[in-house]
Parts: sequence; structure tokens; C-alpha cells
Amino acid sequence: MWRLRRITESEHAAGWAFAFPAVCLIFVFGLVPVVWSALLSFQRTNLIAPGQWIGLANYKALPHDPLFQASIVHSLIYTALFVPLSVAGGLLTAVALNRRIRGIRIYRTAVFVPVVLSTIATAIMFLWLLDPNFGLVNYLLGQVGLGPYGFFDSATGALYSIVGMTVWGWIGFDVIVYLAALQGIPQSLVEAAEIDGVRTWSMFRNITVPLLGPATLFLVVWSSINALQLFDEVYLLTKGGPGTSTYVVVYYLYSLAFSQGVAGYAAAIAYVLLVAILSLTLIQLWVGRRLVYYAS
Amino acid sequence: MTSQIASQVLDPPQRPADEEEREPGRFLFSPWHLVLIPIAVVMLIPMVWMLVTSLETLNETRHFPPTLLPHTLRPGNYTQVLRQAPFARWFLNTMIVTVVTVLGNLLFCSLAGYAFARIKFFGREVVFVLLLTTLMIPFQVIMIPTFIIVKDLGLINTLNALIVPNLANAFGVFLLRQFFRTLPVELEEAARIDGASRLSVLFKIVLPLSGPALATLAVITFLWTWNDFLWPLITIYSPNTMTLQLGLTTFEGTHQTATNLLMAANVMSMLPVLLLFFLAQRYFIRGIASSGLKG
Repeated sequence: MWRLRRITESEHAAGWAFAFPAVCLIFVFGLVPVVWSALLSFQRTNLIAPGQWIGLANYKALPHDPLFQASIVHSLIYTALFVPLSVAGGLLTAVALNRRIRGIRIYRTAVFVPVVLSTIATAIMFLWLLDPNFGLVNYLLGQVGLGPYGFFDSATGALYSIVGMTVWGWIGFDVIVYLAALQGIPQSLVEAAEIDGVRTWSMFRNITVPLLGPATLFLVVWSSINALQLFDEVYLLTKGGPGTSTYVVVYYLYSLAFSQGVAGYAAAIAYVLLVAILSLTLIQLWVGRRLVYYAS
Repeated sequence: MTSQIASQVLDPPQRPADEEEREPGRFLFSPWHLVLIPIAVVMLIPMVWMLVTSLETLNETRHFPPTLLPHTLRPGNYTQVLRQAPFARWFLNTMIVTVVTVLGNLLFCSLAGYAFARIKFFGREVVFVLLLTTLMIPFQVIMIPTFIIVKDLGLINTLNALIVPNLANAFGVFLLRQFFRTLPVELEEAARIDGASRLSVLFKIVLPLSGPALATLAVITFLWTWNDFLWPLITIYSPNTMTLQLGLTTFEGTHQTATNLLMAANVMSMLPVLLLFFLAQRYFIRGIASSGLKG
């Protein structure tokens, strides 16, 4: 009995000794800031001097802040375009790539490569590709009688240009997930449908798409979370402009906290963002559970 | 996502029907090429044009219609970039930060992952759930207090500001814990009965069997750290302490009109990641599918 207890005690010590470095780091830099951020959102503070408690004033100011509202609208427009375009584009590309023909590895690699490029590198590449004066895209559009467009320089087109660029950068991720899910579709089902004379489109619509439901739900949730966190591209390409046409939530929160020193107010925005992301995720999962067919 | 994703995506499993399916494809031109070629072109053109531009003269870049084939290739643009900006320094900084972060994650996530997988200790379940909740918190939401913590530790504008907060990651702990639990426990128990310590069981038995999981974690941490931008932007301001991504944006700010140099700089910044991608494609695919990456 005494011996048994000694072993369990050493288990506690060993467990904690092994887990401690990682747990300590993750708590200090991942969990403590969640609480701290909430506390900051009730203060007026500039990151240097100690803050003053001002209750809910930061939150009460939000509905009267036109730039905050513009940022929310732009983030939502961006998300509403980016998510369906990247997920649907990823699905179609994955279906096209899901066959054994010569050169398939080359096609797949071409689609995967942009996923490993940094947002900054991608943005610099597109800055030049979509250059209003010397860009390749305006040249190609000119060949078919369109343009020239201002792209990132145009108040009406900048946000859409960012959508297009980020879909290019992300689509490989959706393709990877869909390709893995496509491998899981039972071959017997496809063959049975072929024997019954089901047409290609009908097969895609009635067999492939429903069976890919779980992958689609995962991608919709994940892409939405990432879309609401858009920052790097806006910082590099447009700084929120022209005018305020590309102000998005994280860019606004960054500029408030780190250029204007309004950290308490920015923390309130950060919390609104957190609640928005968590609720959107919950809604999507709730709707998804009703729509998605799980084979297992 | 499963751990078999990589092999499935890269090498689809052989199916019985394959032999018949394959035969016609060998002699006939599959109509799917007509779909796939345009897709590949759209994916590759931005990169190809960046490469072409990086080898042009400044005059060729200021020309419309664009110069698609430069008259002479100018690799000198690359050495000019290295002279005009502390690129070598940024490269070295990024390398230091990335290598230390990857090693830290491999060590600390292995230790913690093993504890959560195999050792029953007080508070294990609660602590594990708390770790998992951090996975749901976007970094942007906590960056202000994280900045204050790092500032109070006196790390601002040092490479440690980029390294210390990222030495361990809940995703890594979770990934390794899940993998360790799939290993046969009998092997470890036998070693324990023979008198091996927990530490030597982990390092001599468990980790040598965990190559694929460790490689996935290493590759994903590499990519996250190498490509990270927002955190260095907040914590680093001296040119000599910058990482590549941060340095690139300042270079972009000062060389907006020197497109050929900017593209050369961009190509150089991508090379290490591309090289690693082609060397370890299978682990990239697995890591990308299992983590969601690119956050």
C-alpha cells in the first residue's frame, strides 16, 4: 500500500515535470491574455501609462463609431465573398484533380504551392500583377477589350481585388482537404451509379457533393474564421484605403492599439471580434449538423 | 483530419479497377487536360511573372505592353538587393527564430504530449481542456495583452520576443498526444519494468517511433514562424532585428518603383519555404490538412 502510493506520487511529479514547460508557456502567452484583454476593454489605456477604469464606456462608444461600422461591413463583405468562392473553387478544382492521368502530380503541385507562400510574398506578387499601369492583368484584359482597372488603387475595386488574391493563395488548402475526402468516397457507390446510367453532372450533384458534406462544413467554418482575421494583405497593399474602402476589423484594431495608442478601445473591438467569430462558428456548426450527411 | 491524408492526396490508393481505367489514358489525350492546364496556368503565372520581372532591367518593367521575355537576363538584380538592404541579416534572423522555435516545439510539445497521453497526474484533464480552449482564440484577439507581457519581460525589439511566446503550442501538444496514444503501450511498459526512466522511455522508444508526427509538427511550425508577419510587426522596429517578412514590407516601402529589385527580393524570401516544400511535400500536405495553417 505504501509502495503503491509512492508510485502514484511520483506519477504526479513526473506528469507535471513533463507538462510544465509547455503548459506554462501556453498559459502565460495564450490564456492569461484572454482574461487580460477583457480587463483592458473596460479601461482607457495607451499601453504605456497605467489605465483608468471606465466601465462599459468603450463598448458604448462602438455603435457611434463610423469607422468601426465601416470595418465590420468590409469584413463581412470580404467573408461573404471569400468563403463561397474559395470553398466552391476548391471543390471544383479537387474534382478535376481527382483522376489518374499523366502529369497529375504536376497539376497538383501547381495548385498546392501558393499555400506555403507567405501573405506578404503573395501580396507583393499581386501588387505587381495588378499594377494599374504596367501590370500583366491589365494588359491581358486590354487584349479582350476590358479595363484598364485600378485594382488596389480603386475605392470600388480594392476589396474585390483582395478577395481574388486571397482566393488564389488559399484555394490549394481547400483542394488538399477535398482531395483527401474524395479518396474516402466508396468506389462501389460510384460504380453502382455508373451501371445505373447516372450522368456525370447528376453524379457530382447527388453523390459527390453530399458525401463531401463534412469536409465542406470544416472548410466553411475554417475559412470564415480566417476571413474575419484578414490583416496582412490590407496592411501591405492598401493601409485601409483608398479612403476607408478596405478598413477591416483587425486592421482597425491594429491601428488603434499600435499607432494611435487607444488600446482599451481596441481591446473592446477585439472582444467583439472574438464573440463574432465564436457565434458564427456555432451557427455554422448548428446549421451544418442539420444539412450534412455523415456516412459513419 | 486523419494522419493518412498526405499519402492519400499524393498517392491515391491503388484500386482494383485501376488497371482498366489506366489503359485508355496511356494512348488517348484525356479531356481533363483541357480543364487542368488553364487551372495550372492561373496558379503559376503570378510566380512566373515575378521571376521574369526579377531578371529584367528597370526600363523593361516600366514598359507597356509588358516585357514578357527580357532581352538579357540580369541576375545582378539579386546581388543589388543584397547590397541595398540588410537582406542577409533578415535571412539570418528569420533562420535563428525559426530553428529555435521548431526545436523548442519539438521538445516541449513532446514532453507535454507524452505526459497527457501516458502519465496520470493531478489536474491532467482540466489542464488539457484549458490548453484546447486556447486553440479557439484567434491571435488578433489577444495580441494587445501579449504585447504588454512581452514588453514587461523586456523582450521588445529582440529576437526573443519572436521566440519565447512561441516555444510551445497547444496544437503541437494535441497533435503529439493523439499520435502517442496510437503507439502500443506494451513496449513502454516492458521498458519501465526493465527499469528505464520515463525520460528514457520517451527519448529511446516513443520518439524514434514518432518520426512522421514530429516531421509534421516541425514542418508546420517552420511555415508558421517563417511566414509570420503581424507579431514581428508589433514587436520589432530596428532594421537589424527584423525578420524577412517584416524586412520585405520595409523594402517594398522604399523600393516601390524599383519593381525588378522588389521581385528579386520576393523570390529570395520564398526560396527556403519552396525548397522545404519540394523536399517534404508529404509532411506539408499532412500538416496543412491537419492544422488549417496560414492563419
